Amino acid sequence: MLAMASSLPVARPALGPAFRHWRAFDCGFRLVTLTATVAVLVLLVGIMIALIKGAAPAFAAFGPHFLVDSSWNPVIEKFGALAPIYGTAVTSFIAMLIAAPLGLGIAMFLTEICPTRLRRPISIAIELLAGIPSIIYGMWGLFVLAPVLQNTVQPVLIGLFARVPGLSALLAGPPYGIGVLTAGLILAIMVLPLITSVACDVFATAPAVLKEAAYGVGATTWEVFRHVVLPYARVGVIGAMMLATGRALGETMAVTFVVGNAHRISGSLLAPGTTISATIANEFTEAVGERYGAALMALALILFAITFVVLAAARLLLLHAGQQTGQRP
Amino acid sequence: MKLRTAVAVAMAASIATFTTSANAADISGAGATFPYPIYAKWADAYKKETGIGLNYQSIGSGGGIKQIQAKTVTFGASDMPLQAADLEKYGLVQFPTVLGGDVPVANLDGVKAGELHLDGKTLGKIFLGDIKRWDDAAIKKLNPQVMLPAQPIVVVHRSDGSGTTFIWTDYLSKVSPDWKAKVGASTAVEWPVGVGAKGNAGIAQNVMNTKGAIGYVEYAYAKQNSMMTIDMVNHDGKTVAPSAAAFAAAAAGADWIGTPGFSVILTDQPGAEAWPIAGATFILMHKQPRDPALAAEALKFFAWAYAKGGTMAADLDYVPMPAAVAAAVEAMWSRDIRDSSGKPLYAPSK
Repeated sequence: MLAMASSLPVARPALGPAFRHWRAFDCGFRLVTLTATVAVLVLLVGIMIALIKGAAPAFAAFGPHFLVDSSWNPVIEKFGALAPIYGTAVTSFIAMLIAAPLGLGIAMFLTEICPTRLRRPISIAIELLAGIPSIIYGMWGLFVLAPVLQNTVQPVLIGLFARVPGLSALLAGPPYGIGVLTAGLILAIMVLPLITSVACDVFATAPAVLKEAAYGVGATTWEVFRHVVLPYARVGVIGAMMLATGRALGETMAVTFVVGNAHRISGSLLAPGTTISATIANEFTEAVGERYGAALMALALILFAITFVVLAAARLLLLHAGQQTGQRP
Repeated sequence: MKLRTAVAVAMAASIATFTTSANAADISGAGATFPYPIYAKWADAYKKETGIGLNYQSIGSGGGIKQIQAKTVTFGASDMPLQAADLEKYGLVQFPTVLGGDVPVANLDGVKAGELHLDGKTLGKIFLGDIKRWDDAAIKKLNPQVMLPAQPIVVVHRSDGSGTTFIWTDYLSKVSPDWKAKVGASTAVEWPVGVGAKGNAGIAQNVMNTKGAIGYVEYAYAKQNSMMTIDMVNHDGKTVAPSAAAFAAAAAGADWIGTPGFSVILTDQPGAEAWPIAGATFILMHKQPRDPALAAEALKFFAWAYAKGGTMAADLDYVPMPAAVAAAVEAMWSRDIRDSSGKPLYAPSK
């Protein structure tokens, strides 16, 4: 990278003395931007090394068993990551289950159906959702959503499915109000704007001429969307989903408020659980002893790895989507 | 334009450095969140009186212990006393500042504060998940006159590590052999049942939100939120209500002076008036501090707090240390805390 940057000014034609100091300035400018970029990369690697180093005692003590052990006992210093990993996965899954169809629906409406006059106000309103700090979602979840769920929604759910095999275990009481399902709901609202805005962008890449041609031969709006827009946007939509999943996996504050913070794997979605980030946020300040701290570091490393993989895959897909649409006539 | 921005940034940075160095003369401490309100109040009053500031970061007991071991602060604060061996190992001294108590709180329709009482064994069973409903025979037997709702019990516990949890679980370990065997006592434990909430405020909020909930908070939180407190049967078999006097009664019989590091845990103490779930909060300092001048200032501050801070503590529902304990602590300071030349950093005022 360094070699490339230093070779660039040489490739330029020679300039008069009046321009020389501007060239020097330009050179300095390049150096500053390069340093900034390298600094971020160094930081990333530094964080990774620090996490691995911090987590080492936990992996040394518990081995690969750490990943599949669901106990979390600070008293006897026996830790396993399974409950937080499970909670992280389930809450993110619920969030995506709700937010993905909703977000795609909104994006579809905004790009294909919505009157132009309304398009901007609606998309601004949705993007404002993304600007709300997560702690506010958490407080809203705890003070407003949780009591409603506890007093109204959850008793109905429990009663309704009490005799349905499978669902009765999935929605077993008592209604706590907070729990895995509540965390999933909050996360769904939080990732919705992300899905919507990326999906809007990729839907817009479908060429107008093709859409007009499809309408011309008598296709309905659904058919145009299904057979013209979606094939163009498929990879981009998957990328948007993965970006949103990445956000849901790492979200901390809002989840900590409503997930129930209990280190247990429960069959019921209404039961309290925990996530990796919530566990770290809750326990790091008071984690006394080398193993406890290391176990939390190991959780952080696991989350880092999961999020990194998901986000890298999303970026790759989106990049691929961009190239694909660029190549088409 | 860019140059101007750069100058502005540089100026801002230099101002920031300047203010930091101005604060460097302040006493710095970090640790437990439980005593934060009283330390902040003392610090404020002390600054007005002497001009010397105290910067206390309530980062949690675990953090306080780490910070004092790393010598980044003048004193650390912890709700869980360190054992004498650990104090020796890290070259620390430990002393208590104020007392407080954990109070069981609940949310039951038609039941008011003080109407319900429990004993340690029953409380242990509730928190173990052995007793699942409010109309359980064991609770009914203790409270024949109370109309107990046929409701599931929702246990609310702390999700973050906490000295409050240490006092709570230490008490349950003393009164319930089952709890001791299955869970144990620490600032964080593997809870068999219930939901976790962050901080005293989180538990208070969750209990008030949830019908049928039971949790535990610092006395001050229960009082300020007018929560439904539950009375407890104490070591002597008497039913007591939580109050500052009951916490003081628990502290009265304890052998502070004979216990190394003053590490007395005030749970299940004898005494007819004693509240069974009380505890002190502690300060940790180095025997040979890196900055003796600041350490001496910190000791002066705590001596001032023992002498004059009692009313302020009582205002915030903490219980001040008995005078005899304060005198013993001050004697320990002049004996144990020295600078590098071996000169004591604290001289008793008498």
